[in-house]
Amino acid sequence: MTFTLAFRNLFYDRIRLVVTLVGILFSIVLVAVQLGLYLGARTMIISMIDRADGDLWVMAYGTKNFEEAQPIAARERFAALSTPGVAKAIPLVTAFTDWRKPTGGSTLVVVIGAEAEDGGLRPWNVIEGDVSGLGARDAVMIDKTYLAELGVKGIGDTAQVGASRVRIAGLTEGIRSFTVTPYVFTTLNRARSLVDMPADKITYVLVKLAPGADPETVRTEISHKLPDSEVLTRAEFRQRSLNHWLFATGAGVALIGGAVLGLVVGTVIVAQTLYSSTKDHLNEFATLRALGSSGGYIHKVILAQAGLSAVLGYVLGMTIALTIVYLSEHTALPIVMTPALAALLLALTVAMCAISALSAIGKVMRIDPAMVFNR
Amino acid sequence: MTAQTAQPPTEPAPPSSGVLEAHDIVKELGHGAGKVRALKGVNLSLNPGELTLLMGPSGSGKTTLLSILGCILTPTEGTLFVAGQSTEGLNPEQLAALRRRHVGFIFQAYNLFPTLTAEENVRVALDVRHQRGSEAVVRAQRALQQVGLRHKLKSYPANMSGGEQQRVAVARALVGAPSVILADEPTAALDSENGLAVMQLLSEIAKDKSRAVLAVTHDPRTIPFANRVLRIEDGLIVGEERHAEGVETVHELARNRKRKANA
Repeated sequence: MTFTLAFRNLFYDRIRLVVTLVGILFSIVLVAVQLGLYLGARTMIISMIDRADGDLWVMAYGTKNFEEAQPIAARERFAALSTPGVAKAIPLVTAFTDWRKPTGGSTLVVVIGAEAEDGGLRPWNVIEGDVSGLGARDAVMIDKTYLAELGVKGIGDTAQVGASRVRIAGLTEGIRSFTVTPYVFTTLNRARSLVDMPADKITYVLVKLAPGADPETVRTEISHKLPDSEVLTRAEFRQRSLNHWLFATGAGVALIGGAVLGLVVGTVIVAQTLYSSTKDHLNEFATLRALGSSGGYIHKVILAQAGLSAVLGYVLGMTIALTIVYLSEHTALPIVMTPALAALLLALTVAMCAISALSAIGKVMRIDPAMVFNR
Repeated sequence: MTAQTAQPPTEPAPPSSGVLEAHDIVKELGHGAGKVRALKGVNLSLNPGELTLLMGPSGSGKTTLLSILGCILTPTEGTLFVAGQSTEGLNPEQLAALRRRHVGFIFQAYNLFPTLTAEENVRVALDVRHQRGSEAVVRAQRALQQVGLRHKLKSYPANMSGGEQQRVAVARALVGAPSVILADEPTAALDSENGLAVMQLLSEIAKDKSRAVLAVTHDPRTIPFANRVLRIEDGLIVGEERHAEGVETVHELARNRKRKANA
């Protein structure tokens, strides 16, 4: 009967139910979008580091993230390669430069250069063309998300980067940058040429460890050999990039702050509507008390009401959130929804409704059952 | 069996075998300068098989006494025994448990749950007693049958007359088989015909030798249905009348009045 009472109380006043559900829905959508953006940003920030075939990264001191790195000497690759426990040392070039659109105007891009045969960092999710096509003259690959921004329509189109002409040789899908700056994949030497980097410079050395090699020992060895460079594990570089983009720039704090705000607003709306609903049904709760119901019985009714609101609000909120996720899928800032985030949202919704129920429970437990005689 | 009138507090009374016994009940309401002594030392006993009426003017302490007898309010002084158990020192949860086991309530405004059907309203009283499932449904239906509402099981309060709603409330009070049924102005919101029907029902219920019924009222039309009438004024029981021999006659009188009204 506790569930029946809760259900009927909830559906008895349809307008209040709608207000409650809108409150929960608003909260869920806001939290889902904010946390989804956060997850999307996270994925974009670390995607290059995760995709690169390097257990250790050798880079210029003070490098804050993947895109913004100073060049290092190309010979450092050989110093790394000569270290015991190193199976491969792959050079990589990344740098910002201008992309001049064939239609006029220019935009900033991040050029990524690696030799396809090295297997260091190759484009993935290729939907048109082939990675082997990057060996062709002037060839570059871009993500289809940025076609319009780069002023090109597809394979075969040309543009100018620096002083060189480039030709679209392939398209990827879903390789997007947190800075909304398009990535342009090409070969190592062409990348140097496009960003005007001397031939004796590179940006990173990706170190692939030999089977059984201890990463810490190898790192220490390489650091001794290259005192002017920094050697980070993949996890460290990932964390450093995340710290820079999400926390040093404040972007992540803003996203998490938005999510917290969503929770607070949702809790206040649900608490307010549950409280006023309980207040309207106060005489019924007093009657229950007069009939001898325990405090626990009344708690169950209110919590069931809150739980029902949570489930209904969650289903509606997630429907809208998933629609937004779908619509954002092909934009420069995709919102990500994972099973873990969906489960977290459900837990947050239930917690939000349970907390909201506390004020209502407090109100009911303070009522004087004798009020049943004064109606 | 008796109500003692306007006597000073005496020695603590021993536990009684009566259904409900109140000894020297004093109740103070409010605080400081606004403190009022609503009950000034009430003694009464409710015996099974009797319908007792508690009558008195507004502000005489009727409802306060009913609240104390129903373990909703606790007395400032005095002792109360419900089914032989003292209520002294019991916390609100223990008092609720006592109500659950031994007390059934009928309210002036019925206090039915508007969102529940008649059967569900009755079943709530079983649910709070942890009696659930098909047996609870059968018991609720039987209680409604007892009050003549077998055909209204699925009706909502909004679709029932005042008399029908009060009969649902009577069924709800009955279904838990309490030792005491306490009714607060059970006919006040009803027209005379429905009021009569409810009083007939209460007097029938009171014939059960395992149960006592106390109704607070100021409606003189209810007097003929009572086995006894207690009068309360200024927080004290000031009079008691017994109608032990007259009850059957009174029922006939009521039937005759109904017949006349129908004619």
